Amino acid sequence: MTIEFSENDKARLLEDTIAGRLPDAGGRFGPFGGRYVPETLVPALERLTEGVRQHLADPAFLERFRHELATWVGRPTPLTEAPNLGRAWGAPVWLKREDLAHTGAHKINNAIGQALLAKRLGARRVIAETGAGQHGVASAAACARVGLPCTVYMGAVDVERQAPNVDRMRRLGAEVHAVQSGDRTLRSAIDEALRDWVSDPAGTYYLLGSAVGPHPYPYLVRELHCVIGRESREQMLAAAGALPDAVFACVGGGSNAIGLFHPMVGDREVALIGVEAGGLGGGLGQHSATLSRGRPGVLQGAYTLLLQDDDGQVQGTHSISAGLDYPGVGPEHALLKSIGRVDYIAASDEDALDALNECCALEGILPALETAHAFAGAREWARRNPGRRILIGLSGRGDKDMPTLTKFPMEARHAAA
Amino acid sequence: MQPHERITDSLRQANAAGRPGLVAFLTAGHPSPAGFLPALQAIAAEADVVEIGVPFSDPMADGMTIQRASQSAIAQGVSLRWIFEQLGGRDFEPEAPLLLMSYLNPLLNFGYERLAARAAEVGVCGFIVPDLPLEESAPLRDALEAQGVGLVQMVTPATPLARAKVLCEASRGFVYAVTMTGITGGSRGLPEGVAEYLDRVSGVSPLPVCAGFGIREPAQVRLIGEHAAGAVVGSALVEVLEEGADPGVFLRGLRGKAA
Ligand SMILES: Cc1ncc(COP(=O)(O)O)c(C=O)c1O
Repeated sequence: MTIEFSENDKARLLEDTIAGRLPDAGGRFGPFGGRYVPETLVPALERLTEGVRQHLADPAFLERFRHELATWVGRPTPLTEAPNLGRAWGAPVWLKREDLAHTGAHKINNAIGQALLAKRLGARRVIAETGAGQHGVASAAACARVGLPCTVYMGAVDVERQAPNVDRMRRLGAEVHAVQSGDRTLRSAIDEALRDWVSDPAGTYYLLGSAVGPHPYPYLVRELHCVIGRESREQMLAAAGALPDAVFACVGGGSNAIGLFHPMVGDREVALIGVEAGGLGGGLGQHSATLSRGRPGVLQGAYTLLLQDDDGQVQGTHSISAGLDYPGVGPEHALLKSIGRVDYIAASDEDALDALNECCALEGILPALETAHAFAGAREWARRNPGRRILIGLSGRGDKDMPTLTKFPMEARHAAA
Repeated sequence: MQPHERITDSLRQANAAGRPGLVAFLTAGHPSPAGFLPALQAIAAEADVVEIGVPFSDPMADGMTIQRASQSAIAQGVSLRWIFEQLGGRDFEPEAPLLLMSYLNPLLNFGYERLAARAAEVGVCGFIVPDLPLEESAPLRDALEAQGVGLVQMVTPATPLARAKVLCEASRGFVYAVTMTGITGGSRGLPEGVAEYLDRVSGVSPLPVCAGFGIREPAQVRLIGEHAAGAVVGSALVEVLEEGADPGVFLRGLRGKAA
């Protein structure tokens, strides 16, 4: 079961994407997306869709959002040239610094946008899931900012490997539930958040943290993150006098990647490359490379690409990074892959760690383990495309990863460079 | 009679005999694959409709009991294919019509045409798919309909009445009225206002309405019987099977008959 498009269909769907016609009225990006949820959530999603339609077109709402981004989040985030990486790789490199956004990752763009929306829609409480803990921290902070109570679901495995973020969430006033069911990572956290939401669909706002889930989330999350791509585009033109030849972002659910890519989908000469978690290898349960190895299916509200077995059971995944450790992916990425506009590749745990160390040593920046996958993918591409301009979405900082990183001592070779 | 009409008919016969219909749920192959067919036979002897749960890795509408049952069944090799093989190879005719309850992804992987044909072949009369709202259901519904197999629609207390009416009219077999906003397996009892809610749904439904989620006791079945055609019992029955107790005794008890 795969989906093949004719060249005509591919061209049409690309035009539709560029023109902003997707998702369509049914919440579809071509065949992907939709709304596969229990009946209990249908009225809530309809209210949310209507709220998104109304408020995201309301100048007063957009002005408030822009104001929060400028004065609380710290936007625009800088574009940093990375000359030492550039020399090491043989290609000029720029970094879009989402790690310098408030709370340390791109996640805050979406969190503050949705928290403002939740307030406008009259929610009594907010729930969120988190993998790496960055979305949990961002949600906790955004809810404190707008004055709503916040509950965060986090897989028990992730509670352990991202411990610094758990303390931050609690300090920011959130209640954190360690999820013991399922695989005890991001996917179980989403299942548990959905179960909570089903119990109170009218009063609870579900602040979903990636470009996944039922319509309208993939659209809403994309719109709130597109500021990354719009800023990057302008900053590249100002700093380099040209758009990049290739843009890299890591892909878990795909929120930072869609925010960076979407505004450049129409720049057809720009190669867009998403980097997934290749983990330990290609075997069952060893990786989280959904776009590279998945088949279409329905998980957590959307028809998209999935890692699953022949019976349609969702597979276990592995990644050194909690934020990429997920068997599904946002439906817009499934479309962009199927029509060939974005290439998706995978970087292994080892390559990501190595790229992280290299970035620390050469540029004095500690990226998140998720982000390090984008660096690993870019380095590999630079080897084959010397001299071409590279832009990397530096989606977040790696302070949260210290419990994992202390298990892998620093190698001498980057430190000596 | 079309397969889905057998479901409707069985519930109407129960009502005609002066008792609420009983829809009984078990997760296929849990607690043990070898116990599946015997449990099915025993349950079908007592219930009016049997709902067989196809295990799924991410049962987002289910509470702890059915999550645990699903995981255990998957770990023991239970799949949709296995369930069809078991049903195809049985040497008894269940006394009640059978339904499959499955999340969408296992059905999608099986292929809808093949699914409908196989279901009709082994005597499955209908499907309940908790993550498939009406708006997304046409491809599956059409494939099932071609074999006379029904797709049961669910309504909930959060469903506006106009939408409930549309869902009731689109449903086949019966209408599944979820008693509460929440997941399966709750033990908080039936929410306030459940009687009025069931009256409202029954008032717009051309089919029998059966209420489910959180039903564990004879008094609840009796109350539901006054406002709907029947009750669905799920997690409580799964727990009985886990304890190795007799499901027939439990179901008779729910009906208020002496064990
Ligand atoms: C820094 C960072 N980058 C990337 C991700 C992956 O998420 P997404 O693919 O939605 O951007 C996460 C998720 O936790 C993250 O914390």
